[in-house]
Amino acid sequence: MDQLSQPNIGISILEITYIIASVLFIFGLKMLSHPLTARRGNSMAAVGMGLAIIATILFHHKDGKPITNIGLILTAIGIGSIIGWVIARRVKMTAMPQLVSFFNGMGGAAAALISMMEFPHVSPELIAKSGMANGHVLAILLGLMIGTISWAGSMIAFGKLDGWIGDMRIKAMKYVNLTILAVLIGFIVFIMTRHVQTSSELTPVIYIMFFVAVIYGVLFVMPIGGADMPVVISLLNSFTGVAAAMGGFLYNNQVMLTGGILVGSAGTILTILMCRAMNRSLLNVIVGVFGGGGQANLAIAGSVKEISIADAAVLLSYSKKVVIVPGYGLAVAQAQHICHELDKLLEEKGVEVKYAIHPVAGRMPGHMNVLLAEADVPYEQLIESDEINPDLPNTDVLVVIGANDVVNPAAEDDPSSPIYGMPIIKARDAKNIIVMKRGMGKGYAAIENMLFFNDKTRMLFGDAKSTLQNLVNEVKSL
Amino acid sequence: MENILEFFLLHREAIFIVILSIFLGIEVISHVPAILHTPLMSGANAIHGVVIIGAIIVMGHAETTGSLILGFLAVVLGTLNVIGGFVVTDRMLEMFKKKK
Repeated sequence: MDQLSQPNIGISILEITYIIASVLFIFGLKMLSHPLTARRGNSMAAVGMGLAIIATILFHHKDGKPITNIGLILTAIGIGSIIGWVIARRVKMTAMPQLVSFFNGMGGAAAALISMMEFPHVSPELIAKSGMANGHVLAILLGLMIGTISWAGSMIAFGKLDGWIGDMRIKAMKYVNLTILAVLIGFIVFIMTRHVQTSSELTPVIYIMFFVAVIYGVLFVMPIGGADMPVVISLLNSFTGVAAAMGGFLYNNQVMLTGGILVGSAGTILTILMCRAMNRSLLNVIVGVFGGGGQANLAIAGSVKEISIADAAVLLSYSKKVVIVPGYGLAVAQAQHICHELDKLLEEKGVEVKYAIHPVAGRMPGHMNVLLAEADVPYEQLIESDEINPDLPNTDVLVVIGANDVVNPAAEDDPSSPIYGMPIIKARDAKNIIVMKRGMGKGYAAIENMLFFNDKTRMLFGDAKSTLQNLVNEVKSL
Repeated sequence: MENILEFFLLHREAIFIVILSIFLGIEVISHVPAILHTPLMSGANAIHGVVIIGAIIVMGHAETTGSLILGFLAVVLGTLNVIGGFVVTDRMLEMFKKKK
C-alpha cells in the first residue's frame, strides 16, 4: 500500500464510524423516550460515543497529519472518566438536577476552549480570500459565545439548586441582560468586519468577548427563580448542543454536527414541553421576574389548623382512597422510602393509594418519578395530574408532602397571581387534605397558598421523613 | 449577497445535516412521557459531550505547550460531560427497571 492511500482508508473507516455513531445517537435518543427501552437507548448512545472517540484518535487526519500527543489525550480521558464516574456514582439522587447541570457546564466549557484555541489558526488564505466574514470565523465565535454562556449559566444553576446561590430579582435586570447580549453580538460583528492578515491579531478581542459572555451567562440565570431551574437547565443543555455543533462546522465533522444539533433541537422541544407544563412561555421564564410582581391580594380567610399524628393515622387507615402529592420537600428529606412504607401499610389495610405527580413537582420534570422509582413504588401507582384531577372529589384524604405551588388554588382563582393559569393538582377537591410541611414558609413562587387555610385542610408540621416515620409507627400500632 | 451564496455553497452539506437533524430531534422527542423528561434531558446532555471529538482534534494538533494545556483541559472537561452524563442517566434509569 502506498503512502497516499493509507490515510484514505483510515479516513473512510473514520467516516463510516461517524455515520454509525450518528445512527446510534438517533436510536439512543428515540429509545430514551420510552420507559421500556430507555436504558438500552442510553447504552447505545454511549457505545456510539465510544466508537467515535476511538476512531477519531486512530484515524483522524488534519491537513494530512495524524493525531499526535496520544499518550496525553488518553491521560486526559482517563482523568475525566475517573472524576466523572466517581461524581456520577456518588451523588445522591436528590442532587441529580444539579449534577446534570454541572456536566452540561463541562461540555459548554470544552466547546468554548476549542473555539479559543482555533481562533488564532484560521487559515490566512481564507482570510485573504473572503476576509474575516466567513463561516469558519462565525462558527468559532458562536461556539465561543454559546459554549461560555452555557458553562457560566450552568454553574450558576448548579449553585442555585445546591442552595449556595440565591435568586437575584431586580426588575432592571432584563434590560441589563439585553444590553449585554447586544454587546456580544456587537463583538461578533466587530471581529468579522475587521481587515487583518491573520486572525491572531484579534486574539485579545476574543478574550474580552469571553469575559463578557461569562458575565452574560451569570446574569442570565441569576434572576430566574429556583422553580424555573429545570427549564433553564434544559435550555442550557440545548445551548451546549449548538455549541458542539459549531465544532462540527469548524472541523467539517459530521458526528459533532449531528450529535450537537440533535441535542440542540431535542433540548429546545423539551424546554418548550416543560414550559407548557407550567403554562408559561419560554420568554416569560427568561425575562419574566417570576414571583416578584402581582402579589396575591386575597385576604386570608380562615386559620391554619393542625392535626396530631394519631388523628392523621386514624384518618388515613379508615379511608378508602388516599392520594399522595409529593413535592421537593419529600426529596430534600429523602423520605421516598418511608413514604412507600406508609403506602404499603395502608394498602394492606385495604386503602387504595395513588400518587399524583405534577409535571414540575420537585426541581426537574420527572424528578418525583425518579425518586419514587428509587423507592420501588410501582409505576402504575403514579398518576399524572390531568388524569387524577377528575378523581379527586372521590378521594377521602389527599396528603401533600412537601409540595406547595403545584397545589396552590391561586393558579385558578387569582388572576393577579404569578402562577395564575398554571395547571395544578386540584387538591382542594378532595374530602380531606393533610399537608406535611416544615413550617409556614412559602413555596418557590414565594406566594401564599390558600389551600393551607382551607376548612378541609389539616397541617402536620415537621420534617417529612420524621413525620412519615411517626405516622408509619402510629398506623402500625392501630 | 454574493457572500451569502458562497457561504451556502461552501457549507451546503453541513446545512443539510443541520436542517435534517433539527427535524429529527423534534420528531424523536415529541412523544416522550413526562416521567422520562429528566432521564431524557440527562441522556441528551451526555450526547452533546460529542464536543470531546473537537477537543481531541485540537489537542492532537496542538503545537505549543499553551495550546496543549488548554487542549488537555478541554479533553478532561469533555470526558466529564460524556462519562458523567451517561453514568447519571443510567443510574436514573436503573431505578425504573425495577418496576413490576
